[in-house]
Amino acid sequence: MKVTLKIWRQKNRKEAGKFVSYPIEVASVEMSMLECIDVLNEQLIERGEEPVSFEHDCREGICGSCGFMINGVAHGPQRATTVCQLTMRHFKDGQELVLEPWRASAFPIIKDLIVDRRSFDRIIASGGYISVSTGNAVDGNSHLIGKETADRAMDAAACIGCGACVAACPNASSALFTGAKISHLGILPQGKPERDKRALGMVAQMNAEGFGSCTNIGECTGVCPKEIQLEVIAVMNRDYLRSSVNRRDELGTTITPFTEWSTGAKYGTPNVQE
Amino acid sequence: MILDSKAPTGPIDQAWEQARFDFKLVNPANKRKHSIIVVGSGLAGASASATLGELGYRVQCFCFQDSPRRAHSIAAQGGINAAKNYQNDGDSVYRLFYDTVKGGDFRAREANVYRLAQMSVNIIDQCVAQGVPFAREYGGALTNRSFGGAQVSRTFYARGQTGQQLLLGAYQALERQIHAGTVTMHPRTEMLDLIVIDGKARGIVARHLVTGVITTHFADAVILGTGGYGNVYYLSTNAKGSNVTAIWRAHKRGALFANPCYTQIHPTCIPVSGDYQSKLTLMSESLRNDGRIWVPLKAGDKRSPDQIPEAERDYYLERRYPSFGNLVPRDVASRNAKAVCDEGRGVGETGLGVYLDFTDAIRRLGEKTIRDRYDNLFDMYQRITDENPYKVPMRIYPAIHYTMGGLWVDYNLQSTIPGLFVIGEANFSDHGANRLGASALMQGLSDGYFVVPYTVGNYLATNKFSAVLDTAPEVKQAVACVKQTIELLLSIKGKRTVDSFHRELGKIVWDYCGMSRTAAGLESAIGQIRALQEEYWKNVNVPGSGDDLNQSLEKAGRVADFFELAELMCIDALNRNESCGGHFREEYQTPEGEAQRDDEHYSYVAAWDYRGPGNPPTLTKEPLEFHYVHPSQRSYK
Repeated sequence: MKVTLKIWRQKNRKEAGKFVSYPIEVASVEMSMLECIDVLNEQLIERGEEPVSFEHDCREGICGSCGFMINGVAHGPQRATTVCQLTMRHFKDGQELVLEPWRASAFPIIKDLIVDRRSFDRIIASGGYISVSTGNAVDGNSHLIGKETADRAMDAAACIGCGACVAACPNASSALFTGAKISHLGILPQGKPERDKRALGMVAQMNAEGFGSCTNIGECTGVCPKEIQLEVIAVMNRDYLRSSVNRRDELGTTITPFTEWSTGAKYGTPNVQE
Repeated sequence: MILDSKAPTGPIDQAWEQARFDFKLVNPANKRKHSIIVVGSGLAGASASATLGELGYRVQCFCFQDSPRRAHSIAAQGGINAAKNYQNDGDSVYRLFYDTVKGGDFRAREANVYRLAQMSVNIIDQCVAQGVPFAREYGGALTNRSFGGAQVSRTFYARGQTGQQLLLGAYQALERQIHAGTVTMHPRTEMLDLIVIDGKARGIVARHLVTGVITTHFADAVILGTGGYGNVYYLSTNAKGSNVTAIWRAHKRGALFANPCYTQIHPTCIPVSGDYQSKLTLMSESLRNDGRIWVPLKAGDKRSPDQIPEAERDYYLERRYPSFGNLVPRDVASRNAKAVCDEGRGVGETGLGVYLDFTDAIRRLGEKTIRDRYDNLFDMYQRITDENPYKVPMRIYPAIHYTMGGLWVDYNLQSTIPGLFVIGEANFSDHGANRLGASALMQGLSDGYFVVPYTVGNYLATNKFSAVLDTAPEVKQAVACVKQTIELLLSIKGKRTVDSFHRELGKIVWDYCGMSRTAAGLESAIGQIRALQEEYWKNVNVPGSGDDLNQSLEKAGRVADFFELAELMCIDALNRNESCGGHFREEYQTPEGEAQRDDEHYSYVAAWDYRGPGNPPTLTKEPLEFHYVHPSQRSYK
C-alpha cells in the first residue's frame, strides 16, 4: 500500500516551519507508524536530505516519549494507542496523513515533530509526590488498602505523561495530566496528609506554565492512550477548592509562581547551563 | 591487576550490617560541600539521585531523554521480588538468596546477592510509602504472583506496569529533590566521556542534544546508572535509545568490563514480522503462570492451532521439566523454544514461534479472572498482531532482553576507577550468568536507594578533593576526544545509513553470540565485526551538523561503541569454554542438552581491560567462592 505523509518540518524555534509531503510505499500493514517514518528517514538520508526528527524510545506505548497529531487527532485514529503501537492497517491505500507536533504554548517546539514538555516535570515537582525520604517507610501491609481503592489509584497512575491531552484540548489545558497525579496520590491513605498542599502547588504551577483552563470538553480523555477518565479533573477541582478554603491564608503566596524557573521556562530557549 | 571484591568475610547475614558500621560517615553539615554526578534516571539512577539529595549532597543528574520519567525501567512489566513471605509459603531472605545464586548458574558473588535479598524487603515498604499502587487483596493486603525459577509467590506487581509505577515513584522522589534544590536535572544531555584526574573519576563530558554544545561537569564522585547494552543486537526489547556509550567510554578510561557475554534472551516476545522491524515487544513472563507453551508434535504441521488435537500437541516444558513446568527460568525456556523451532516444529509464517495457550486457564478460571490479571498485555498483543489471544493462542519467540554483564564493581559498587560507582543493569554484580524474572527492578532500587548512598558516603569521607578546573590537561584531552569523534563521524559522508550498519551488526551478534554459541562461529563473528566496523568508519553517512538536534549523529556515536563492545562479547564468549546460564556453548552440554558448567576452570568473573584500538583486551579473573550455596548441576526437572 502507498500513503502520503504530509509532515511538519521546522528546523528550530526561531525559523518558520512548513508542511512537506512525502509519498511512501508501506511494505506491510503490520508496520507501526514510527517504523514508517524510519523507512522514510532511511530514504531521505540516502537522498542527502535531513531526516524527520521525532521523539520515541520504548516503542511499547509506556515511556510517553512519542506522540504527534495524525490528521488532527493526537496519536491517530486507534483508541488507547500511542503512535509507536499504531499499525498501518488502520489506514487506507492512497491516504494522505498529516503529521504535526503537539501545539500548545506550554510545549514550545524544538524541531519537526519534537516539543519541549518540561512543563510537565515542573508540575510534578510542585507537589506530585508523597514526601517520604528513603528509610522512613513502615511495613507495606501497615496500610491496608482495599482492592477497589488500589485499582482506582492505579487507573489514575497509569498516565504516561505524553501530552496528548494538552494537544487535543482546544484550551491546551493540562487538567487531565495534573488531575491524574492528584487523584492517584489523593486516593491512597499515604497521600492524604499532603492533599491540600499538593493541589494548591500543582494547580498554581499548571497556571504559571501557561496551560489553558479546563472547560469540560473531554477531548483529552478521548485521545488518552491510557484512557485516564475525566473524573480525575473533578477530583482535582474538588481538592483545589477545598484546599483554597483550608489554606486561604497561604493562598496569596501559593498562586504566584514560587520558584524563579517556573515562569522562565516558558519563554526561554533550552539552556545548556540548566 | 588483582581484583579485590571487598566482600566482607564472616557470616553472610551480618555482612552488610558490619560493612555499614565500618563505613566512615560524612558529617551532615559537610554533605552539601560534596557534589555527585549521577548519569541515568532509571530505577537505579533516579533512586540514587533522590536519596543522595535527601541526605544533603549536591547532586547533578543526567539523562538523554526529555524527562527522567522516560528511562527504560518504565517498560518493565511483570513485577519485583521481595522475601516478605506474606503468602506463608516458605519464603525467606535466605531462599531468595539461594534461588538467585542458583538461577544465576553459580556465577554471581554470594555476598552481593545476599544483600540484594535483604534489601528486597525494604524496597517494597519504601515504594508503598511513596504511593506505588501495588496490586492488593480485597482485604487490603498486598498480593503476589509467582515468577519463573521460583516455587514461592514473592513477586509484587502493579498490573502489567510494575516498572512504570516503581519508576514514577522514584521519579517523583527525584522531582521533590529538584524542587528542594538539592538535585539539578540535566535532561536531553548525553554523557560522552569520563574525566579521570589523578586516577579518580572527577566528572563527565556531555553533549546537549538540542544545542549540540559540549559541556564539562565536575564532581567528587560519578555514579553510572545507564542500563544495559542489549541494543548491540539491534532488535531487542530495549528502548531504541538504550545504549552502551556511558559505560563503554568509562571502560576505555580504565574501568574493567565484566562478563560481557552474559546476555539474557527472554522467552516470551512477539515474533519478528518483517525486515522493517525496529524493535521487539516483550510479553511479561507472568503470562507463563497461566499460559501453557506448546508446539505440534510433528514437524511441518501447518494446521491452525484449534485443528490440532490434544494428542498431537507437545507441551514440551511440562514434559521435560515436570516440577517447574512452564515456569522454568528464562534461559531454559528460551533454549527449548529454539530447539523445537530448529526441529521444524515452530509455528506462524516464519516458523520461528511457539504457542502460549490460555484455553485451559480460561476454562478453569473464567475469562474475567484472566482479564483481570493480564488485560493490558492481551490488549497489547492484539494491537500488534491483530489476533485475539482470548480465542487464539499467542505466538511467542525469544528475544534479547537484559544484559547481566557490565562494568566490574566491588561489594561497594565501585568500579576499578576510584570514585566511579556503577549501579543497576550497568554493573555486572548480582545476576551471574542468568537473571531471574522480577529481579532487575529489585536490583536497580536496592543499589539506588539502599546501597550506593552509603558506599559513596564512605568514599567521600575517606578521600580529599581539590577543585577541578576546565584548564586541567585531562579535561581538555577528554573534550578534544569527544569533539574529534563527532567531527569524524560527520565528515565521512559515505553511502550507508547508521541504521543499516547497526542492523547488520546486530544480525552477526545474534547469529553467533546469541542463544547458542560455538568456537568456530565466534571466531568468524569477530572477523565479520571487524570488517563491518572498518567499512563503518569509511562509508557511514551521518547527515546534518553537530550544533543542533541531530538524531543520526546521536545514533552514530552509540553504534560506534556497539562495534567495539560486540567484539569484546565474542572474545569473552570464546574464552569461556563452558555453558552457564544465558551463555550456551554448543560444545559443552549434557547428554540431555542442558548447560554443562565447568566449575573447576571457569568459576570466575571475567573482567576485561581496554588496551587501545587494535590491541587485544587483557583478562583479569575474580575467583568466585561459594560458602553457602553449593554449586550443583541446575535442575528444574
